[in-house]
Amino acid sequence: MRKQFVATLTELAIADERVVLLTADLGFMVLEPFAGRHPDRFFNVGVAEANMLSLAAGMASEGYIPFCYSIATFASMRGYEQFRNGAVLHELPVRIVGIGGGFAYGSAGFTHHALEDIALMRVQPGVGIVAPADDAQVDRALRDHYARPEPMYLRLAKETESHPELEGRFRWGHLETIGDGDIAIVALGSMAGVALEARRRLLAEGVRTVVAVAASIAPAPSEDLAALLATKRACITIEDHRPIGGLGSLVAEAIADHGLGVRLVRRGVIDPIGETSGSEAFLRRRNGLDVEGLIATVREVGLVPA
Amino acid sequence: MTAHAEASHSLSAVSVRRSIIDQSKRAHVGHIGSALSITDILVALFSRVIAPEQDVFVLSKGHAALAHYCVMEQMGAITHETLDTYCADGSQLGVHPDHTLPGVRFSTGSLGHGLSLGTGVAFAKRMAGKPGRVFVLISDAELNEGSVWEAFMFAGHHRLANLCVILDNNGQQALAPTNEVIDLSRIGASVTSLGWECDRVNGHDVDAVTRVLQTTSSGGPRFVIADTLAGKGVSFMERQVKWHYLPLDDEQYAQAMRELS
Repeated sequence: MRKQFVATLTELAIADERVVLLTADLGFMVLEPFAGRHPDRFFNVGVAEANMLSLAAGMASEGYIPFCYSIATFASMRGYEQFRNGAVLHELPVRIVGIGGGFAYGSAGFTHHALEDIALMRVQPGVGIVAPADDAQVDRALRDHYARPEPMYLRLAKETESHPELEGRFRWGHLETIGDGDIAIVALGSMAGVALEARRRLLAEGVRTVVAVAASIAPAPSEDLAALLATKRACITIEDHRPIGGLGSLVAEAIADHGLGVRLVRRGVIDPIGETSGSEAFLRRRNGLDVEGLIATVREVGLVPA
Repeated sequence: MTAHAEASHSLSAVSVRRSIIDQSKRAHVGHIGSALSITDILVALFSRVIAPEQDVFVLSKGHAALAHYCVMEQMGAITHETLDTYCADGSQLGVHPDHTLPGVRFSTGSLGHGLSLGTGVAFAKRMAGKPGRVFVLISDAELNEGSVWEAFMFAGHHRLANLCVILDNNGQQALAPTNEVIDLSRIGASVTSLGWECDRVNGHDVDAVTRVLQTTSSGGPRFVIADTLAGKGVSFMERQVKWHYLPLDDEQYAQAMRELS
């Protein structure tokens, strides 16, 4: 996904000289295509994320569109106040590109697990949040929205992802839904693969679910959620993020704001601090964020198989 | 340069200081010492250095914004009526500056942001081949913030000759003299080692400050240590930590205005 990001951005930067790529000394074997094609607009600012985000705000105030690249934890947190008082306050088109949301950096441990990045970004007014499900969505989202005037947070997975059911669809402030059924699974972009596989297996048993991929997190897809959930028996949210402040909270807010009566079950990262580390697959499984865990949750909410 | 010449006759340090005392008294707010500390620097900058159509000024020590407001008012950028709303409900003029004001590129107030923002502007200007310099006024206590050093390293490495930092070296921070908190008496050597050109000036000598700020770089970014006194111009405020906070009572106000006549 990060390679797709760089490929698309490299292409966009050919036509748009405002596009600049900054990195806080990360992106080995990833950023080279951009650096090679646009050496005058690629800068390694050093291991200094706070400076990077203010620097980007300063550059944006002069008309540039800076993309600030780092691992999601560092990108979203180390310069958080710089982002708030810079790009957010001055409404400047700075883009934070956070790589490896959730447990993508698995065995690297807690310092590298981005489990609250979406919560932090959601509370800042006017920040667009994009968490694509696959490479095609990365490409679509970037092409259509890279030049928007507001600041943005992009939460990207490390590895290549492809979910043909999505057909590369991405719309700002909207959900992308697949299938239909009494129960809705609302999945953060990074969990689309898990949700879609759970849907396939359940369908084989005659249990029909609709998967709504939430790749456009802010502005919140509230209207789509209201329309989707008005007729559902239950809704399950799944995210590789803490259950507070992220997608589960977003859906709960939409349900409350629209006065819906649908039952909501939120699945997110429940590990206590200091838990042992491991691969992304292991950590997701431990938190019930794998296909089996999601299927079990669907059964728990009491749907009768066909 | 015409703009400078027009401005200079209407901008005097004494009248700016009187205005600072007036507004502080009326609004019953503090940060007077900081505002008096940077007054002469601002007078030099705005009367004879900054070309507003191309230069950018960042007041990184946002808590001294009252001095900037008073300069703006004397230069006609804001009206006296607007200045009189300082710290009132619904006013555009708060304790810290707002970027919706003319000539204020960035809202500041949280220390340690202004230099990185200004560095971004200078970097972008150079990339785009645009003229103009970027002046960032920082406080000495602000040097405690790590992000300032990230910007020092970046600007020095990239040899941003269009960037000029002015250090309001008043030796005082919120709770104590700076050399008792973090001794930075060798700051000049520190920034020089990072590729900056360092200069030192009496921050209350408007002519000397003007000369130093008009001097352009021969390579790296410029770092001007302006030695100042917090509370400069009002005897009972000079070098007194408490005037970082206190508002004025009637008697103090009268004495301050007598001294500034």
